[in-house]
Amino acid sequence: MSEIQDDILNEVTSGEYKYGFVSDIDTETIPKGLNEDVVRLISLKKNEPEFMLEFRLKAFRFWQTMKMPKWPHLKIPEINYQDIIFYAAPRQQAKYASLDEVDPELRATFDKLGIPLDEQKILSGVAVDVVMDSISVKTTFKETLAELGIIFCSMSEAVKEYPDLVKKYLGTVVPYTDNYFAALNSAVFSDGSFCYIPKGVRCPMELSTYFRINAANTGQFERTLLIADDESYVSYLEGCTAPMRDENQLHAAVVELIAMERAEIKYSTVQNWYPGDKNGKGGIFNFVTKRGICKGNYSKISWTQVETGSAITWKYPSCILRGDHTTGEFYSVAVTNNYQQADTGTKMMHIGKNSKSRIVSKGISAGRSNNSYRGLVKVMKNAENARNFSQCDSLLLGSKCGAHTFPYIEVDNQTAKIEHEATTSKIGEDQIFYCNQRGISTEDAVGLIVNGYVREVINQLPMEFAVEAQKLLQISLEGSVG
Amino acid sequence: MLKITNLRTSINGKEILKGIDLEVKAGEVHAIMGPNGSGKSTLASVLAGRDIYEVTEGTVEYEGEDLLDLTPEVRARKGIFLGFQYPIEIPGVSMASFLRTAVNEHRKFKALAPLSASDFLKIMREKKEMVEIDSNLTNRSVNEGFSGGEKKKNEIFQMALLEPKLAILDETDSGLDIDALRIVANGVNKLKTAENATIVITHYQRLLDYIVPDFVHVLYNGRIVKTGTKELAFELEERGYDWIKKESDLKLNGEDVKI
Repeated sequence: MSEIQDDILNEVTSGEYKYGFVSDIDTETIPKGLNEDVVRLISLKKNEPEFMLEFRLKAFRFWQTMKMPKWPHLKIPEINYQDIIFYAAPRQQAKYASLDEVDPELRATFDKLGIPLDEQKILSGVAVDVVMDSISVKTTFKETLAELGIIFCSMSEAVKEYPDLVKKYLGTVVPYTDNYFAALNSAVFSDGSFCYIPKGVRCPMELSTYFRINAANTGQFERTLLIADDESYVSYLEGCTAPMRDENQLHAAVVELIAMERAEIKYSTVQNWYPGDKNGKGGIFNFVTKRGICKGNYSKISWTQVETGSAITWKYPSCILRGDHTTGEFYSVAVTNNYQQADTGTKMMHIGKNSKSRIVSKGISAGRSNNSYRGLVKVMKNAENARNFSQCDSLLLGSKCGAHTFPYIEVDNQTAKIEHEATTSKIGEDQIFYCNQRGISTEDAVGLIVNGYVREVINQLPMEFAVEAQKLLQISLEGSVG
Repeated sequence: MLKITNLRTSINGKEILKGIDLEVKAGEVHAIMGPNGSGKSTLASVLAGRDIYEVTEGTVEYEGEDLLDLTPEVRARKGIFLGFQYPIEIPGVSMASFLRTAVNEHRKFKALAPLSASDFLKIMREKKEMVEIDSNLTNRSVNEGFSGGEKKKNEIFQMALLEPKLAILDETDSGLDIDALRIVANGVNKLKTAENATIVITHYQRLLDYIVPDFVHVLYNGRIVKTGTKELAFELEERGYDWIKKESDLKLNGEDVKI
């Protein structure tokens, strides 16, 4: 077995990242580096109202007083912020009246990524917002959604068109003081998606944002704000890719979700940033703050993430269960291969009475990678009858990788019920042999077993995404047998 | 179909099979019996291609080919089926998707198009009836939470779907009650044709009341020490293995005796 293993592992490590191409698009960038003038310049470039500039400057000044935290189970090289370009945009301006005006090279890029931009051609009924480098390129289905009163647009547009909503909610779930990268993002964020679902409206289609880093030496700092008003429902998808580059690129996004009374938000991510090469050179640093608040009673927020890319993934999509009878869910598959590192998990903050949370985390480590689950379940004093169920499983492929689990539980109310289950397993040689004996190759057997292992999470994804995620898993793990 | 010549294998340097000779022709049923630890399961595993065993000497010819040269999955696709003594659990993988993958791999190997979902379900239904298994079983994860009897029936069910040329059933009867035993045996009998062959590994004569073997071999201490017909199985049932052990131990010492 070990010889086959080595062969297959070699094959995996020589496997190409499918989205690693660079598009030849004329890009407008500002000079490298970060100081107050750069923050002002970004705000100026985006024609922002005064309140946004103030928000940015406060965040920037606060960030300057902070240090990057050292507590994660990650080896992060020093990041030189003076060596990063904080704003890059495709030169042709982002306001397109019709698709015909979009740079053909840009359209070709999104065709290659399999992202449907052309509304006529969309059968799947997914409304898409596309963010390339620092700028939202195109939002589809805007008119259809507007008829229902749904706002779905780029963040820069929202700042100008709906300043009151932005002002009211931006930074309320993730304040700029929250953490080092949230502060940085608040200072320099360039674009992202904004979404508002009015009272009683069930969004009839999946909303989706595709993020793409194209330009070299740039960071991507997008900001997503999603508000679901009383008794509304929305399912939101997010996908990410980047070219193969030798240097590490920083991606520090902030996502804020707000669910009012009886509202439900389902937020799914398939993260496939460039993971670096087989020796660990290059790749994206994916340091993201994602948090939702179940503000109203009976509201629900569900995070589903499939993390296969990035050199380093460091994020904890979390729920603040403030209303009574609220529900928070976190379903995660995190795959690391070669020299990838991940420290990911969630935080469930139970504040409201009868609040429930459910955590299902499936880590898969291969190659020389390190994969950690870190999660906090906190039950506050007044959260009567809070319930949590957590399941954290780790699957090891090979003997040079690591899996770690750091669960934290803090309970200040005696009526709380908390369950935590954790397993660590390897794909057994006997399982592989059983499949082999039925005519299934080792490669396919691993795929079958891994897909079985993550099924509970993948089932949470909308259909089209589930298929994509399954393929992605197969590619990222191609043959890494343990 | 199968010709084993002087097969010797070891695991971690310990020799288990010490020169096996066996020939199986199409249409035949062979029973291999023998006391615990005599090498029966090792023989089955080696034929299926389990690589924890090292073949140190001898040859295995299957349909004119060197079997030992083939990977386990190719052996399977060429018609070798192993009914596991302890079927393996694969959590999260449904029986239906596992079997559909397996069946389509077999078909691909024969240059046939994969079965559509509906055709596959139809075939699955037929075979389920044949081995009298609970129809919910295929919605469950592979062998997970199956009772001992269900696991064994599930092996025969898979055999029915894959239609092997050479089926090797490793103690498929162990742990079965008499009804389950009859069902398993009926399944094997129904699948029997003039073109395929079966090797049944068992401890007890009981199974052979249902599956009538053409030959009975006694494996002891890594060798086939006695070959006979159905009557040999009866004799073993009556007298146990001690007399065979003694006979063969004495033979090893150069004395030709019959006890």
